[in-house]
Amino acid sequence: MKFFADKFFRALMVLSMLIVFAFLGSILITILKNGWPAMSWDMVTQLPGGGFYIGKEGGVLNAIVGSLYIVGASTVLGLLASIPIVFFINIYLKKESRLASFVRLSFDVLYGIPSIVYGAFAFTIMIFFGLRTSLLGGIIVITLLIIPIFVRSMDEVARQLPKDLLDATYSLGATRFEAIKVAIRQILPGIATATLLSIGRAIGDAAGVMFTAGFTDSIPTSLDQPAATLPLSIFFQLSSPTPEVRERAYASALLLTLIVLVLSIIGRMITYRFSKNKIK
Amino acid sequence: MAVPLLKKRLAKDRCARSVMLALTVLSLLLLVAMGVGLYLKSEMILDRYSLWTLLTTSDWKPLKGSFGFLPFIASTLAVTALSILIALPISLLTALYLSEYAHSWTKRVVFPVLDILAGIPSVVYGVWGTLIIVPWIADALGPHFVDYTSGYTVLASGIVLGVMILPVLVSLFIEIFTIVPQDYRDAAASLGATKWQVCRKVILRKSLPGIIAAVVLAISKAFGETIAVLMVCGNSASIPHSLFDPCYPLPALIANNYGEMLSLPLYESALMFAAFILFFIILVFNFASRLLLRRVEKRYKL
Repeated sequence: MKFFADKFFRALMVLSMLIVFAFLGSILITILKNGWPAMSWDMVTQLPGGGFYIGKEGGVLNAIVGSLYIVGASTVLGLLASIPIVFFINIYLKKESRLASFVRLSFDVLYGIPSIVYGAFAFTIMIFFGLRTSLLGGIIVITLLIIPIFVRSMDEVARQLPKDLLDATYSLGATRFEAIKVAIRQILPGIATATLLSIGRAIGDAAGVMFTAGFTDSIPTSLDQPAATLPLSIFFQLSSPTPEVRERAYASALLLTLIVLVLSIIGRMITYRFSKNKIK
Repeated sequence: MAVPLLKKRLAKDRCARSVMLALTVLSLLLLVAMGVGLYLKSEMILDRYSLWTLLTTSDWKPLKGSFGFLPFIASTLAVTALSILIALPISLLTALYLSEYAHSWTKRVVFPVLDILAGIPSVVYGVWGTLIIVPWIADALGPHFVDYTSGYTVLASGIVLGVMILPVLVSLFIEIFTIVPQDYRDAAASLGATKWQVCRKVILRKSLPGIIAAVVLAISKAFGETIAVLMVCGNSASIPHSLFDPCYPLPALIANNYGEMLSLPLYESALMFAAFILFFIILVFNFASRLLLRRVEKRYKL
């Protein structure tokens, strides 16, 4: 009897794993099948022309460039803000420090706050300062959104830092600040993974930029102009009643999926390469 | 000669320390600022109506000044509950298989799959939902149960959300199961327990607090998911009575109306109140489950 139960549940487990595979397969195939026919060179090199949203020609270059601007700038800002935080809690604070533990808890919580709340919050701040929807607003909200991702995933690696390594550094007379130069080599793969993880999340986020970056058909030329983003572009094209426009939404979705997939593959490769200097 | 250099190095160290401390504290203040900011914005509507009226009436006509959040709250709860119902059994069994039964090569295949699933942007999930799930409900499943359904329903939102939280749950569960010491498994096996008996009586029982914490985390993720749900939920401000009714969760409400709300201060305040509800619930859920997860980890790791 107990062997029957064992077999039965084992089969159930394999089944549920197959369901997970099936979902992923279904998503990828659906996007590919619907997106590929509408994919064209114009899609990625043209701005939306007049009447783009009723099926006339054009592409989503505005959204691609807008997304790149926002993601690029916020990744740099996010790194600048989060690397010091990670070093502070791992090198300046003691292992069992209460502050470090509280900081970690807070970032766990911040990580869980949905992007729509970030968006709404940033929107109220922008109104307070009299800012309109703009590239700058989008960059700020995405930076805030990805700082917790950066901190959490870098901290994961930084916590594994061998204590002996730091002790050896201090015994040579290094200050804590100087010890960071040694530690950074150990954390490098963590920084690379964290960066790609954040880019993936930043490029796919729609709810945060909806309030803050706005939407436009042209490429922004300064920080105070609104900027289009790829997820929002997909969303707006999909709500169009014209079939051609909806098909282009599928093509844009395919584009976004491809970008995210490529990023995650590069992430794996970089993690592998940078792990060379790591002491196990 | 050496002393000024040392002084300079120490000064640099102290300077770096204070910059880092400032950055850390600033980023923590973000959490406080969010709560306070959203609360201040929603104060206007809280002054006008009592909290109880806002949460328990279902009349939503912002232009006429009636703000009943009940349909949105009911939708959010229904969709979240459904998504957990769908994702929990699948993710629990998958995680058990991966941590207890699977060969290492199976894991090498499955983990990247989970990573990819977790990394797909939510708008793509939404596109998938409108292309596959919505027509399936409208044409294949719905007609068996109700006369007419558009497909944009509670069920569609629940399925899409369920798939979205699957990878989150599986990776959390695996993490929790690996905390259970190997000795416990060996001891049970030496008494003649089959693998399933080990799973059920040892692994699941020992990691129950962790499982609860993981589910609470998944709930709060489902609570806040916006764009994918917005695309498949139907956006109708009434309390859903069946799985085949359209619904309108809180995040969708905020996202859909951000453009028009500026014309009416009270409307804006109502939407910010919706954001505040989301923030508050997710904050509490996250704090509780993270603390619980930490306690679980501490108990076994010594």
